[in-house]
Amino acid sequence: MRRLRKIIEKIVEGVLAMSAAITSITVLLIIIFLFDEGLSIFSKKPVDDDTVIAVNSSNPVSKLTGLQIKDIFDQKITNWKQIGGKNDSIKLFRLDEAGTTFTEQQMGSNFERLAICVDSYVVRTPGVLLYFSSKYIPKDFHGKRIEIANITPYSFLMGKQWFPTAQPVAQLGVLPLILGTLWVTLGAILFALPFGLATAIFMAEIANHKVRNYLKPVVELLAGIPSVVYGFFGLIVIVPAVQKIFNLPVGESGLAGSIVLGIMALPTIITISEDALRTTPRALKEASLALGASHWQTIRRVIVPYASSGITAAIILGIGRAIGETMAVLMVTGNAAVIPHSYFEPLRTIPATIAAELGEAAYGGLHFKALFALGCILFIMTFIINLIFEFIAKKKKY
Amino acid sequence: MAKLSANKVNLFYGDNHALKDVTLKMDANTVTAFIGPSGCGKSTFLRLFNRMNDLIPHVRIEGDIVVDGEDIYSKEVSVDLLRKNIGMVFQKPNPFPKSIFENVAYGMRVNGIRDKHYINERVETSLKQASLWTEVKDKLKKSAFELSGGQQQRLCIARALAIEPSVVLMDEPTSALDPLATHKIEELVFNLKADYTIVIVTHNMQQAARVSDKTAFFYLGELIEYDDTNNIFTKPREITTQNYITGRFG
Amino acid sequence: MDKAHKIIRQKKVSQGIAFSIFGIITSIVVLILCGILYFIFVRGWPAMSWKFLTSMPTNGMTDGGIYPAIIGTFCLIGGSMLFAFPIGVLSGIYLNEYLLDGKLKSFINMMTNNLAGVPSIVFGLFGMALFVNKLKFGDSILAGSLTLGLLALPVIIRTTEEALKSVDDAYRIASLALGASKLQTVRKVVLPIAFPNILTGLILSVGRVSGETAPILFTVAAYFLPRLPHSIYDQVMALPYHLYVICTSGTDIVASRKMAYGTALVLILIVLISNILAGIVRSYFTRKNKI
Ligand SMILES: Nc1ncnc2c1ncn2[C@@H]1O[C@H](COP(=O)(O)OP(=O)(O)O)[C@@H](O)[C@H]1O
Ligand SMILES: [Mg+2]
Repeated sequence: MRRLRKIIEKIVEGVLAMSAAITSITVLLIIIFLFDEGLSIFSKKPVDDDTVIAVNSSNPVSKLTGLQIKDIFDQKITNWKQIGGKNDSIKLFRLDEAGTTFTEQQMGSNFERLAICVDSYVVRTPGVLLYFSSKYIPKDFHGKRIEIANITPYSFLMGKQWFPTAQPVAQLGVLPLILGTLWVTLGAILFALPFGLATAIFMAEIANHKVRNYLKPVVELLAGIPSVVYGFFGLIVIVPAVQKIFNLPVGESGLAGSIVLGIMALPTIITISEDALRTTPRALKEASLALGASHWQTIRRVIVPYASSGITAAIILGIGRAIGETMAVLMVTGNAAVIPHSYFEPLRTIPATIAAELGEAAYGGLHFKALFALGCILFIMTFIINLIFEFIAKKKKY
Repeated sequence: MAKLSANKVNLFYGDNHALKDVTLKMDANTVTAFIGPSGCGKSTFLRLFNRMNDLIPHVRIEGDIVVDGEDIYSKEVSVDLLRKNIGMVFQKPNPFPKSIFENVAYGMRVNGIRDKHYINERVETSLKQASLWTEVKDKLKKSAFELSGGQQQRLCIARALAIEPSVVLMDEPTSALDPLATHKIEELVFNLKADYTIVIVTHNMQQAARVSDKTAFFYLGELIEYDDTNNIFTKPREITTQNYITGRFG
Repeated sequence: MDKAHKIIRQKKVSQGIAFSIFGIITSIVVLILCGILYFIFVRGWPAMSWKFLTSMPTNGMTDGGIYPAIIGTFCLIGGSMLFAFPIGVLSGIYLNEYLLDGKLKSFINMMTNNLAGVPSIVFGLFGMALFVNKLKFGDSILAGSLTLGLLALPVIIRTTEEALKSVDDAYRIASLALGASKLQTVRKVVLPIAFPNILTGLILSVGRVSGETAPILFTVAAYFLPRLPHSIYDQVMALPYHLYVICTSGTDIVASRKMAYGTALVLILIVLISNILAGIVRSYFTRKNKI
């Protein structure tokens, strides 16, 4: 009987320990899944897998970057000389061109002879740049396949353009999204900090019990309102207001996003700062008052400095929330993937991009992986912020 | 005329009748000790003189508290000025989360003094009065929390002295300190007597005997006996006092 | 003397100004926050009706009701809590009652805090990668509930821990001194005392889970599915996603505005009710314990 009970105790303890391990396991799994999918983008090329890019075998150029190909398509690059080849104009050859170059008779009614036509065209045109589906490339192809450089971390992080489904090459530069995220977050904190801190001070020190007892549940309730509801409110009230007040072509903008996010960050900042202010020992307040300081002087010179690390922690947590916020931002910022220049223009954040595009991205494809890579960036940002938060929140006063 | 006096003071914390008809007069440049078992109202009575009880909700005060001939609970009195004139040292050292210098300068700053020379001078003088100067003069910019408990308490005394009060209230200033630090503070109290009126709450009777001129014994919210310290400890009039000082309770 | 009085006056004035500013700012904040609530209530109330709550959406989601979204959201709440509540409470017990302070404890705490800080969209990505694709649950209630459950886990662990921490050690010592084992102490003494606070935490996290959108975008939520789910492998509509859809990408955004207000109101009501319920539980048990 005794033995049995001991065994049961051990089993229960084991079950408890296993439950406690789940959060850690989840964090690890998140890291594994996110980074496995996200990092694999750096072994991919920015063109579709079944696209062949080739040149005449006499052409010395054997490597091209995604950007160069895009520039050739946009006719910003028109001569091989510009990219290290001979002085010869570039003749782009795509399916469109095939239709005008060859007759239907040459290609065959079901394009069964198209491959041969393409091959011979490449052989007889020294300046050709072939961009064709691999379906129409013959086995004994006589052109030279061009190697496309893999996506590099540098081009990914520093690229200024985000057109993940663009033809001929996907443009995967996340700089606009990172900057968009930071801009909106910064705006939100600049708005929420003074308001939140003032409210926290009012609630902790100035308001009497009764007022505080009314304020506290309201703030708690607002912390629980779903972000889509804030987004909805922003869309219907704040976006038109911003448009009207600042006379903008569209109201969806960094400013609208910052305001909505700021409102959403208020409850977090108020609650945590208020708690921090309340931890100030009574002895410290009394010491200040006993020296003839007024209540306001005591708040300003003793209570706020004493609570400063808690207040900082509140700000950090507010920033973390704002960076990761998805739905509200998606609904009010206009989602233009451009490097932000002003708060009065639309911009786009990382979470909003993932939410908006993942549904359309083909499973396992380049775009899909790129969105997971965005997830990695977001995860790293918030992870660092959390570490800073923990560090500050734990820091001893003495 | 008495420096501090209380006349028929009653104090209620809600329904709790914490002080009952207390009448007491203290002269300038004396050290008065309040003794009695804990919970008998010593701190409550002490805090009447700088109106610290005002901060507690649901407190009701009856009777007169007079400092320098002025009823300090009358409407015309400025609490800030009163507290500037009456310094206080608390049970546990409670320096501000600031530098040593700023701790001492705090009282001057909040009372509108901006003159740098004057502040520097006062900080030095006060630290010397609190016999802390030699220990901290090279690290005035350091955080006050780097000091030991005893040093922190002397810093709190210097902080109180810096705004030139005429009265210093001390609420069990040595209860959190070791014997050596306690000894230093007691010495200090003795030296300060020349310039200040000092009231010290203690439940250490040897301490009361060592430092005070007069002793008041409180029991259950009442002032049982008030006399020269010598008399209280050698020939108390009341049986309760006698029981207390001979250690029968408390 | 005169100078002293001048300074006193200055102090009074600056305190008056500062406190007024704080009062005004607080009023603005309260006004904004209450304004949002008021706005949604006033605009959403006319949309509320029995029909709205209990019928399928019709006419390209511009008319009819939100019945399947309500049912879907309740399925997700139920599913996620079924998963997160036991695990959260058990790990809270382990952390507070069994594990001693040390490296392991601070590691687990750190991981829990980090999980709490992971953005909800990242949960969405993760849920899609693990539950939908790797484990092949597909877009389903199961995948969505597990994702939401993981999101709610840190909150439940924290509230459980807090609740257990507030139980006086004297109870534990008394029980152990009477010869009870650790498990018995936890089960018979500590848990009953901590129960109301644990329950409060659970109710509050229900409110939280009901409004999450990003985690369900790619794990369960259906754009338009006017029927009830048959099994846990079915997709469902959900209130927050439905609101998002009809105010940004519905067939006729203007025509479905009324539906949107109504949906937003229902979402707020769920949060409101769970907050009130939590308050009632708390005060009920505090009163009971006092007697
Ligand atoms: N802030 C307060 N609120 C309510 N009652 C108090 C407060 N401070 C002290 N009391 C009560 O007043 C009585 C005297 O307390 P106190 O003056 O602190 O005694 P002492 O300093 O002699 O130990 C005690 O019964 C105590 O419970
Ligand atoms: Mg006391």
